[in-house]
Amino acid sequence: MSGSDFLRQLPDASRHFQKRRGLMYRLHIDPVLMVLLLILACAGLFVLYSGSGESEADVTRQAIRLCLAFGVMLVFAQLDPSVYRRWSPWLFLIGTVALVGVLVMGTGAKGAQRWLQIPGLPRFQPSEFMKLAVPMMVSWYLSERYLPPSFKHIIGTMVIIFVPTVLILKQPDLGTSLLIAASGIFVLFFSGISWKLVGSFFAIVASFTPVMWFFVMRDYQKQRVMTMLNPEADPLGTGWNIIQSKTAIGSGGMSGKGWLLGTQSQLDFLPESHTDFIIAVLAEEFGFVGVMLLLTLYLMIIARGLYIAVNAPDSFSRLLAGSLVMTFFVYIFVNIGMVSGILPIVGVPLPLVSYGGTSIVTLLAAFGVLMSIHTHRKMLER
Amino acid sequence: MVRARTIKDPAREKRIFFARVLVASFIVILLTGALISRLYYLQILNYEHFQTLSDKNRMQLQSVPPTRGLIYDRNGVLLADNRPVFSLNLVKERVRDMDTTLTRLQQLVSIDEDDIDRFKKRIRGPRRPYEPQSLKSRLTEEEIARLAVNRHELPGVEVDAELVRYYPAGETMSHVLGYVGRINEKELKVLDPVDYAGTNYIGKLGAEKFYEETLHGKVGYQTVETNARGRVLRVLDRTNPVPGRTLTLNLDVRMQQRAIDVMAGRRGAIVAIEPSTGGILALVSTPGFDPNLFVTGIDHKSYSALRDSLDTPLFNRALRGQYPPGSTVKPIVGLAGLEAGAVTPQSYIWDPGWYQLKGDTRFYRDWKRTGHGKVDFHEAIAQSCDTYFYDLAYRMGVDKLAPFMAQFGFGQSTARDIDEDRVGILPSREWKRASRRQAWFPGDSLNMGIGQGFTLTTPLQLATATAMLANRGHWVQPSLLKEAGPGEGEIPARDESVLADIHLKNPENWQHAIDGMEAVMHGRTGTARASGRKSSYHMAGKTGTAQVVAIKQGEKYDASALDERHRDHALFVGFAPVENPRIAVAVLVENGGGGSSAAAPAARAMFDAWLLEFAPDAESEAESTTPENMPSGGH
Repeated sequence: MSGSDFLRQLPDASRHFQKRRGLMYRLHIDPVLMVLLLILACAGLFVLYSGSGESEADVTRQAIRLCLAFGVMLVFAQLDPSVYRRWSPWLFLIGTVALVGVLVMGTGAKGAQRWLQIPGLPRFQPSEFMKLAVPMMVSWYLSERYLPPSFKHIIGTMVIIFVPTVLILKQPDLGTSLLIAASGIFVLFFSGISWKLVGSFFAIVASFTPVMWFFVMRDYQKQRVMTMLNPEADPLGTGWNIIQSKTAIGSGGMSGKGWLLGTQSQLDFLPESHTDFIIAVLAEEFGFVGVMLLLTLYLMIIARGLYIAVNAPDSFSRLLAGSLVMTFFVYIFVNIGMVSGILPIVGVPLPLVSYGGTSIVTLLAAFGVLMSIHTHRKMLER
Repeated sequence: MVRARTIKDPAREKRIFFARVLVASFIVILLTGALISRLYYLQILNYEHFQTLSDKNRMQLQSVPPTRGLIYDRNGVLLADNRPVFSLNLVKERVRDMDTTLTRLQQLVSIDEDDIDRFKKRIRGPRRPYEPQSLKSRLTEEEIARLAVNRHELPGVEVDAELVRYYPAGETMSHVLGYVGRINEKELKVLDPVDYAGTNYIGKLGAEKFYEETLHGKVGYQTVETNARGRVLRVLDRTNPVPGRTLTLNLDVRMQQRAIDVMAGRRGAIVAIEPSTGGILALVSTPGFDPNLFVTGIDHKSYSALRDSLDTPLFNRALRGQYPPGSTVKPIVGLAGLEAGAVTPQSYIWDPGWYQLKGDTRFYRDWKRTGHGKVDFHEAIAQSCDTYFYDLAYRMGVDKLAPFMAQFGFGQSTARDIDEDRVGILPSREWKRASRRQAWFPGDSLNMGIGQGFTLTTPLQLATATAMLANRGHWVQPSLLKEAGPGEGEIPARDESVLADIHLKNPENWQHAIDGMEAVMHGRTGTARASGRKSSYHMAGKTGTAQVVAIKQGEKYDASALDERHRDHALFVGFAPVENPRIAVAVLVENGGGGSSAAAPAARAMFDAWLLEFAPDAESEAESTTPENMPSGGH
């Protein structure tokens, strides 16, 4: 008797349930993640409407972008994880070449080159692409080897991470380069390197801080750190943003001033209120309660992501899923941390809430990969 | 061994991964906890602090300047109006980069370096935060449009409408009404920063200056909600300012204009007072200037032109011009002589054309070289006989003459609401010792007797003394203000008791002096009889001539030989009608030559205007009496 014969003999109700489950599986959608992400996206649009100064145009554009990004997510979910695994080295290679291309012939604004315009192709940001390609490459590299990795392979991993990080740092884009470095290091962490190595890694980072300060960091980056430590030193200049965002958050109190009634954001005291600083709008208008609800939503997404990672069928999927989820968390932590004044200002958007195109597509593409890992599990396990 | 290590152990890998996920979850919870504590710290523990900061951000206490009180003349003709003018203001706190903004504004609007300097001084001085500071006023429509288009790139820049003073009568009222102007640095230091927060203009001269506190009003406040660019979105709370009080002046704009007309382009001054009330009907100094030029800041070229003009239009001759009164003081000197017993109405002298002190070779000449012959008190005033008054002054002495003249306000500033006037000189023994370090010589008394020598008076003083004569010694303080409208501002006033009623030992002496003055106008020998002809009323007056250059002993004064600016000043004082005086006038024509030819006709025109043309019941009278052609010649 085959398995399918057995199934055919189950009662009708059960079979119907199996069929429904089967439909979601056939579409390669994880319903839990899907629902959570949709709630988050809708809530995000509400906050954006307020943060953009009630701009219907901005909200419409963002909604279109979200639809597109959810589409990309579904496409990514259809591909089998083995496809990602096989393509990882090539994607990484293409991404690295594109990053070199950006430095040579890139375009951009505000003194940074982030975009690459290849004739015949839409303009794109290779650094966004690398947010997926780097964790994939590192996961592929380590999953092909014995785990926990040997010292030699750790060095190899470091080199893989180092190259794109430095290239992006050169653009210059400190925020993205740190996120990409983190996504690679998370893979290393999940691969089971010894705690001694984790400890010495942090020791090295700590000891390199002065070196970074004096040789790597640019003046404007140092200025941001100084501003975080003492925004009142230049309240109308560099300190303006952080003072106004702290004021916005703090004046929200427990339950907030009400939707569209935040004076800091509505009266333009809060800069970048629809992009990087949108959490301050939420905190001002919906208060502590509102931020807690948002954090809860994020934590549920993270929990579901980690659940998918734990249940992933092979090392590549596990490492990749784990890294993608943790990177998602880094976004949240760095964004809220900087807006509330405990981290220096780096350009990191609040996932799915901040206005902005590329990062939303990349983020949802990553969730597409997670869904792919989860919904292709049974077949791989067989 | 090496080979064995390459064999993968999926179960172990999965176990390790699960352990790491637990650790990662722990880190996530830990860091999320850090974020939550931070938010708790900001939103719950420090809520009130940030609430205050947020309110301070959006709410600003602004001062609302009061509307300056209007000024009317006695007939309700508007003399000082407030008109809306658009000006460019900057809020320093909102401007990110002041120099860049100023440079950009200079491209959009014509702003000269003076404006910039004045603005920079103001923002450095004591000021309330977020108080807009004026950079440029009187924007044109085009400039307002250009600023509106570019306003997104100019945070902290505002175009505001403000009420600015306008003087419809222009030059007619220039000196007496004065003008307002922008508050300067010196004034800023003494002004009450609360009362004047938001006020840009202050009275600089004339009635505008004297009645500053009456006209200014009381500052109001409003709490406004602004956005980060400083634009006011709505008013949350408002305490209205109290507008300044409306002033009605005693001046008559028609009399002012008439005075300017009769001066006919000559330099000089006319002051007219209503004796019964002390109300100043006209106070004119010619040439004048357009006070509107000064309100929002006069440009350099116009100012230089006014300042450097030989005719000194900025100089208020009526208040600050000090001239020898000449023969115009003779009625008062004569009165002093009657009062002191030096002469009587019946006593007379023989005038050979000169006077000589005993033991002195110097000749004190009469204006009439052949002499007046037998002259009594009446004729002495009518013909303006110098010799009679040399003799009178010599016999009376300065110690009696000076105090008597002081009772008429000479040597003092007496008006109720004019404080920019000069006091002139009423010479005395003490004065000469203090200022010249010399003893008083008998010759000094002689000169004083005919209003020459050291004596200096202003046209206002002459008019005041004439009003006193007209009132037969009753003191009524001259004043510009007729009445003030309701309001809170105080009405400043100077001491009224600077002078008191004059009680003569023999009140009939008033009539002797006034009869003499009447003879000047209507007598057969009166020096101004030409100006007194054909009038429906009787007037009293006295001509005068003040030397500009000293004529040497034995030399003859010849007007045609002298440069125009070295000719004598012509003076005239008088009042009318004699029995019930309604107007007292003092006229000064600089370098006009003789008082009878240049000054008396002007006074007659003022009398006619007030008594016939502008009098409430004048319509019918004006028909019957045609104003006289101005005759000339004679003293």
